[in-house]
Amino acid sequence: MQPSPNPKPRLSRRGFLHASVGAGGALLLGLRLPIGRTAAVEASDASLFAPNAFVQIDPGGQVTLTMSYVEMGQGTYTAIATLIAEELEVDPTTVRLRAAPPNEALYANPLLGVQATGNSDAMRGAWLPLRQAGAAARQMLVAAAAERWGVEPATCQARLGEVLHPATGRRLGYGALTAEAAKHRVPREVPLKSPEALTLIGRPVPRLDVPAKVNGTAVYGIDIRPPGVKVATLAQSPVFGGRLRSLDAEAALGVTGVRQVVRLADAVAVVADHMGAALKGLDALVIQWDDGALGTLSTDDIAADLHAATLAPGAVAQTTGDAHQAMANALTRVEATYELPFLAHATMEPMNCTVHFHDGLCEIWVGTQAIARAQAFAARAAGLPPNRVILHNQLIGGGFGRRLDVDGIVRAVEIARSVDGPVKVIWTREEDIQHDMYRPYWHDRIAAGLDDAGRLTAWTHRFAGSSVAARWLPAAFKDGLDPDSTEGAVDLVYDIPNFHVEFARVEPPGIPTAFWRSVGPSHNSFVTESFVDEIAHAAGQDPLAFRRALLAKSPRARAVLDLAAEKAGWGGVLPARVGQGLALQHAFGSLIAIVATVEISPQGDIRVRRVVCAVDCGLAVNPDIVEAQVQGAVIFGITAALYGEITLKRGRVEQANFDTYQMLRIDEAPAIEVHIVPSTEAPGGIGEVGTSAIMPALANAVFAATGTRLRRLPFDAAKLKA
Amino acid sequence: MAFEITVNGAQHSAEVDGDTPLIWVLRDVLGFTGTKFGCGKGLCGACTVHLDGEAVRACQTTIDSVGTSVVTTIEAIGATAVGAAVQTAWRNGQVPQCGYCQSGQIMSAVALLTATPQPTDSDIDAAMLGNICRCGTYVRIRAAIKEAARTRG
Ligand code: FES
Ligand code: FES
Repeated sequence: MQPSPNPKPRLSRRGFLHASVGAGGALLLGLRLPIGRTAAVEASDASLFAPNAFVQIDPGGQVTLTMSYVEMGQGTYTAIATLIAEELEVDPTTVRLRAAPPNEALYANPLLGVQATGNSDAMRGAWLPLRQAGAAARQMLVAAAAERWGVEPATCQARLGEVLHPATGRRLGYGALTAEAAKHRVPREVPLKSPEALTLIGRPVPRLDVPAKVNGTAVYGIDIRPPGVKVATLAQSPVFGGRLRSLDAEAALGVTGVRQVVRLADAVAVVADHMGAALKGLDALVIQWDDGALGTLSTDDIAADLHAATLAPGAVAQTTGDAHQAMANALTRVEATYELPFLAHATMEPMNCTVHFHDGLCEIWVGTQAIARAQAFAARAAGLPPNRVILHNQLIGGGFGRRLDVDGIVRAVEIARSVDGPVKVIWTREEDIQHDMYRPYWHDRIAAGLDDAGRLTAWTHRFAGSSVAARWLPAAFKDGLDPDSTEGAVDLVYDIPNFHVEFARVEPPGIPTAFWRSVGPSHNSFVTESFVDEIAHAAGQDPLAFRRALLAKSPRARAVLDLAAEKAGWGGVLPARVGQGLALQHAFGSLIAIVATVEISPQGDIRVRRVVCAVDCGLAVNPDIVEAQVQGAVIFGITAALYGEITLKRGRVEQANFDTYQMLRIDEAPAIEVHIVPSTEAPGGIGEVGTSAIMPALANAVFAATGTRLRRLPFDAAKLKA
Repeated sequence: MAFEITVNGAQHSAEVDGDTPLIWVLRDVLGFTGTKFGCGKGLCGACTVHLDGEAVRACQTTIDSVGTSVVTTIEAIGATAVGAAVQTAWRNGQVPQCGYCQSGQIMSAVALLTATPQPTDSDIDAAMLGNICRCGTYVRIRAAIKEAARTRG
């Protein structure tokens, strides 16, 4: 490996974040995010008190909070509402929530610079500004009450939607104060509560969305039914980039309830009164596709390209010391290659989108993680200016990154252009899996050097794969690097004196790539944490002790590691073919350590018995949601490690439904414990950390149980036969 | 042709082909959108409803096979004692994440607890393994079923 004599300044995730925050306004410096008013609010009833784009109170006292992050199961509606309610002094269970319309100026995530929910950034982006939004509103309401009573604001208190004047026992509900409060200047700076004064933040406030999700009343994108809506389903070219060659729709048009067949350049849609008829119509279509240039592509071709790319230098993502020299001087060298497959998101709610062209507008109902992007792309597909595209964001039945992309919305708009009246386009599960945009395939080449005392002195790592960020947020891709592809490969918590990491961007032909729950670390944590285990074994050391020795400068990391090890009973005697594996990860602003216990059957099947997680995510805004997110993310990661793999043959995705793209089921789900380290630090992300951290913990556990090192995902049970 | 079916205690009529899966009659024709579409192949359980109290996959049940059987969906399951207990346990246990699979999970759990009021872990596995939860709420589903069983005594 070529040590770079003059390495380019790398764009680390942290640097990227600081830059974004700086560009987004003096968020961290002066707490002066421009929290504007919404256009919608300005245009509506003047008696509403709407001091900023997030808080609105009507004269009846009803508080409505605008959610700039979308709810897809991660509990963000509850946690974000908690932040505002805490400072506004209202009961979060009484507030009404509405999804933000597209407006990057008002609702961009300060960490990403765009209006999107992803990268476990919501809480990190919202932590200060949304508390500030609540506090500013409260301060104005208190000022209005104090003025009316002729007393000092400092002698008043706000509590549960009222302003109180304890000295005289007077009280006024927020609703009675809206008109006067609205006349007060919006304060530029407001003090936030001290950690001891918090009454909601840090407590397990019940999720606001749960009641509707247990009685069938929660409305997801797929449940939208504007009057007269038709339902459509579609077939897209089975080969990416292929075209429709010929179509015989006669039989389909004869199906009862089928109204129309829409022909696009690379897709066909059947429009019907209901999905049953649309599906029957789809089955009756006789379609011939022109596969185009990629009709012979297979995953092996892509893997070979990536493998070749790891043999040549990539862009230097991070370098410290002189890894090349240190490797040459090492007494022991450990080398390995790793490989990770394409993965589909398989959100439980299949892709869908409802579109209605009317009155010169394009009206859209959809659950999207990126509503401003959706508006821009939909406008282009509709041939309309963005302000003629009206989007209504809905609850999301699983995002995991899939709904950061807007291809399904564009598709629905293309179809709706030919349909008179509203049309809901629903993808079959097969379309959803075969026309996903996939977690990239990765190939890694990694090496370590140990000195004569068994100390880790050198680390080199080069990996090849697709940069999703380069497509999705081109500004984030610079000098051959992006902060997502490298997260989890750089800035390791371990103290390694000579360290060198390179990334070779290779875009696979014929298969689109996208963000997938735990993004960069979904790949890098598996490789680095598996490999740390390999090094520990090569050094003849216990994996826990080996890691601890590298963490002298990272007390928080050591603490989560120790906590997980203690709770899991690390180091105990285990039966034959049962093993414990450890992983430690610093990503998304949080630390997590996992101890997984697996049992391997004589046939090689892996049963995950127990998973113990310790997390330090700063202040846990809602500890119950933190626990749930870690539990769920671990299941997501186990699914990937045991089953997850999308392959191409003749340019076609071979997997189609849950029989060929399997999900972990309840009978395979382990006991999962989540231990949260108490902290008053600013919150870190939590929705993804468990997914990336469990995969290496499992590989390490499999090694402990069998002595076989699995360096490819998903695990190959055939290699584990007794 | 027109089919008469009983859903949640009321008569409804649907003018569809006889091979139309019940899920689309419920969701698209009658507007019971609490029943969810996940796979269309009987592989995920998102569409689980009750037919005379038995859990069935609505995507694998054609409308012409329903006959006089009584269809119950998530919208009405709370009217039964077991349904109410399960929903309460689901709320107390904060089970749902995205929530999309949860109608089906609850319908399967209610059928289980109706037939087997005190299920073992393997009873729970057997009754629930047809219901995928992509968000991975299995740990809480198991706990909530046990909680509901306890409250029912
Ligand atoms: S939609 Fe019926 S089982 Fe999946
Ligand atoms: S809660 Fe999201 S799929 Fe189960």
